[in-house]
Amino acid sequence: MNTAVEIRNVSVVLGGSFTALHDIDVELPAGKITGFIGPSGAGKTTLVRSIVGRQRIAAGSISVFGEPAGSVALRPQLGYMTQETAIYTDLTVRQNLRYFATMSGARSGEAKRLVMKTLKDVDMTGHADQLCSKLSGGQKQRVSLAIALIGHPRLLVLDEPTVGLDPVLREQIWKLFRKLTDAGATIIITSHVMDEAGRCDDLLLIRNGQILAHDSPVAFCARTKSETVEQGFLKLVEQS
Amino acid sequence: MSPRRTLATAKRVLEQLRHDPRTLALILFVPVILLTVLKYAFQNDPLTFNAFAPMILGIFPLVIMFIVTSIATLRERTAGTLDRLMTMPISKLDFIFGYALAFALLAIIQASLASFVVLGLLGVSVAGSMAMVVLSAVLAAVLGMALGLFLSAFATSEFQAVQFMPAFIFPQLLTCGLFVPREQMARPLQWFADIMPLTYSVDAMKQIVTHPTWTSQFSRDLFVVAGFAIAALILGSVTIRRRE
Repeated sequence: MNTAVEIRNVSVVLGGSFTALHDIDVELPAGKITGFIGPSGAGKTTLVRSIVGRQRIAAGSISVFGEPAGSVALRPQLGYMTQETAIYTDLTVRQNLRYFATMSGARSGEAKRLVMKTLKDVDMTGHADQLCSKLSGGQKQRVSLAIALIGHPRLLVLDEPTVGLDPVLREQIWKLFRKLTDAGATIIITSHVMDEAGRCDDLLLIRNGQILAHDSPVAFCARTKSETVEQGFLKLVEQS
Repeated sequence: MSPRRTLATAKRVLEQLRHDPRTLALILFVPVILLTVLKYAFQNDPLTFNAFAPMILGIFPLVIMFIVTSIATLRERTAGTLDRLMTMPISKLDFIFGYALAFALLAIIQASLASFVVLGLLGVSVAGSMAMVVLSAVLAAVLGMALGLFLSAFATSEFQAVQFMPAFIFPQLLTCGLFVPREQMARPLQWFADIMPLTYSVDAMKQIVTHPTWTSQFSRDLFVVAGFAIAALILGSVTIRRRE
């Protein structure tokens, strides 16, 4: 297994007192979809922010493709979707994508092409020239996802990407994720919805800032003698 | 730093404003309207208005740009878009100068419009040239923009950012020489005024009112205002952290 992200004994303290992550030590595989699953407040977003280099870590180290997390060399290879819908609501969909494409380094002709392609990927071509403030929650979510996808990143870090999407669209987005990993991309996804866990290649169950389990969904269910990841998760919580 | 990214940021900020015509109208026309109100408030004392109006021209654009910029950048910090940008292959200066460029352009239009109205329509006469008035008004507006950008880092909500106006700008307004000549104020207030930027913006306008030529004090005033603006922009980029 090739490792994309190597997290070594990482602890994160927020606001000087709250320990959000306790001594996390884990390797995430390249070319796969890894799901960070756990209840809200478990530390998923903090771990994600640490991987993209936005979070100061109190102890330990994180490397991505062999480079320290957040280093300059990694920035062009990273696509990050924040938990809040981080888009400019007073711009159109196209203007948002165009701006982030340019910021990710694309030249004007290339940016145009990337925008068209990404619009299609998230099924927003028909809304390209609509102002984002006028979009529905799910549509805004897709614009936010599109921004993360736009530079063809080698590592996609998506914080709750499918929240607020209808089942049809969710299916379509997961197909897209699969297509991206088939092409060699590595994807990290957070979710507090356990039924999404089964679609990942690799699961990291997080609770109270600690890793409860790290396994493939199938192996996890077998080990906990459960039908679903949710059941297994509840069993583990009861035991601990 | 890359010019392409800086320009893209400036263009993006202007596009955002274009989709918000009400804000745009407030930025451009509020100074003009206030100055017109002032003229008729002083209708029986045109000499006082003639002395006041140019100083106001060094203040209103600064105040308005200060508020607009501090809210705009605060929004960027709280909405998560800055989070996103800071993980991307850009320099912080692309972001800061992009904002500076967009708002400076707006400041030029705003300050030129206000200067034209004051000198042309409201009949204010100054010893210096119109170009000098426009130049000082634009620099004042750019200073307001830079200060807003910097100070927004210390606000965690829009409520706080708006309060920075009375907290940070009003003390300067009271001591800059607009209401009382500075040399008549209590000593500590004179020291305060000496180190605050608005004083120099107002002083530049006073120079234009009384001197037909470009004085050395006028040059000094402009340098101080520009210096403060550049310092605030640099400090602004320091307050943006890659890692929080």
